[in-house]
Amino acid sequence: MNKNIDVLVIGGGPAGLAAAISAREHGVDNILILERESGLGGILKQCIHNGFGLHTFKEELTGPEYAARYIARVNSLNIPYRLDTTVLRIDTGKRVTAVNAQDGLFVINPKSIILACGCRERPRGAINIPGSRAVGIYSAGTAQKYVNMMGHMVGKRVVILGSGDIGLIMARRLTFEGAKVLAVVELMPYSSGLNRNIVQCLHDYDIPLYFSHTVTDIRGKERIEGVTVSRVDDKLCPIPNTEITMECDTLLLSVGLVPENELSKSADIRLSRLTGGAIVDENMMTNVSGIFACGNMLHVHDLVDFVSEESALAGVSASDYVLNEAVGSATEQYIDIQTAGGIRYTVPQRLSASVTAVSVTLKFRVDKIYRNARIEVTSGTEQLMLVKKRIMAPGEMEILKLDKAMLAKIERHKNLRVVIKD
Amino acid sequence: MTKEMICISCPLGCSLSVNYTSSDGVIKQSDITVAGNGCNRGVSYAKDEVTSPRRMITTTVPLQEGGTVPVKTSAAVPKDQIFSVLHKVRGITAARPVSIGQIIVGNVCEGVDIVATDNRE
Repeated sequence: MNKNIDVLVIGGGPAGLAAAISAREHGVDNILILERESGLGGILKQCIHNGFGLHTFKEELTGPEYAARYIARVNSLNIPYRLDTTVLRIDTGKRVTAVNAQDGLFVINPKSIILACGCRERPRGAINIPGSRAVGIYSAGTAQKYVNMMGHMVGKRVVILGSGDIGLIMARRLTFEGAKVLAVVELMPYSSGLNRNIVQCLHDYDIPLYFSHTVTDIRGKERIEGVTVSRVDDKLCPIPNTEITMECDTLLLSVGLVPENELSKSADIRLSRLTGGAIVDENMMTNVSGIFACGNMLHVHDLVDFVSEESALAGVSASDYVLNEAVGSATEQYIDIQTAGGIRYTVPQRLSASVTAVSVTLKFRVDKIYRNARIEVTSGTEQLMLVKKRIMAPGEMEILKLDKAMLAKIERHKNLRVVIKD
Repeated sequence: MTKEMICISCPLGCSLSVNYTSSDGVIKQSDITVAGNGCNRGVSYAKDEVTSPRRMITTTVPLQEGGTVPVKTSAAVPKDQIFSVLHKVRGITAARPVSIGQIIVGNVCEGVDIVATDNRE
């Protein structure tokens, strides 16, 4: 194995693939992708439904088809990768320790690292559902892997907690495989999933959707036998005497995705409490010089197309860092992006005080549904942008483009603020 | 008759109220009126959904050697044919190698095929 690596990409899913391709296209020779599964493609391999690639390819592809396009490009560019390889830790100085069955334990000291480790699902323990610890309770993604990759059916009578896209997609998938999906139960008064999925996964199959409800008890000695579902109030607390019992043998949990940042901790990478991922600048660089982050590890995305775009940018930045040493000096100053009102977070969270980019794409999420609200972007006392949006929802990542003129003003005032005006 | 539906043409997700008459199970597009739409796309969406709703189907087919290969219909099929199509796929096993676009089951409905959506070496 060539250990003289300029750009080490950790993760071979859509983020890692796009980042590696971009770094190679920008002139980096020594790239290596490390992937822990036995094939490239990441989570897309099990997302067999369509709806991917509308922005990137102007086509509606299934997950595996989208991944296949990037895998083909990685192969035609001869970018090396190692499968079944797990990165164990990253130490100060970008020292990466990894392991696989062929090479054993090994260490690489790359010039730069692109973190593209994806995210994991929130488990039952994290939301403390009371009741028995019976068999038959799965995260929606685990059930998806069992059904789609291994060909195993997870159960016959299913309740799904959480109406995000994964829960909705699995409601349809299990119906196709002969299960009875009794209900999708959603804590909030709205779904974070796409309307298209509500219609084509629930309405099409007459699967009831309970808003403002949650699972408050699980029954079953060895295998789950049933759940209790209760209505919740506006503080999300269960309301007594609203209990509904549902007899089921399977409970799927689709209750949130959490960026995977185990490796960031030992590497001294600063994480944002709001996203769960690293704090980055407009180059997708973390506080550690030469370590970049992209994809779901940075912040959970709704569309893979945005992951590909963001990760391609990380690839460009890593190549600039390695080839030109143009990115990231220890004395770099930053402008923290301020938010107020309903903006939950922005990515990036900060801009270099002297931005060399021609434009910066600012992504953000709102904290609830807004209709006919405006987004105001200001620098000091100058208003840079006022955008009217007919609808904004927490489940839909929003994008703002800061052009060269705006960036010049931001550099002058050393200030940037994004707020929602109702 | 009135049908309520959510339009999926854009993120607004307008709630549509669709009125129509059916004579002998036939609904004429010109007999359909739509309310609640924010734009014209809602009208054509509602008319299609009432007269001839179609869906793409995605599922998996087991491989002889173990594991699965994901598949899809090569085009959208009538919504009321979804389970008929799935029934035709049940019991089918595919053999490696499989490449994207390869026909796994031909003509499951109106000339639409079931094609592979991933490669399997």
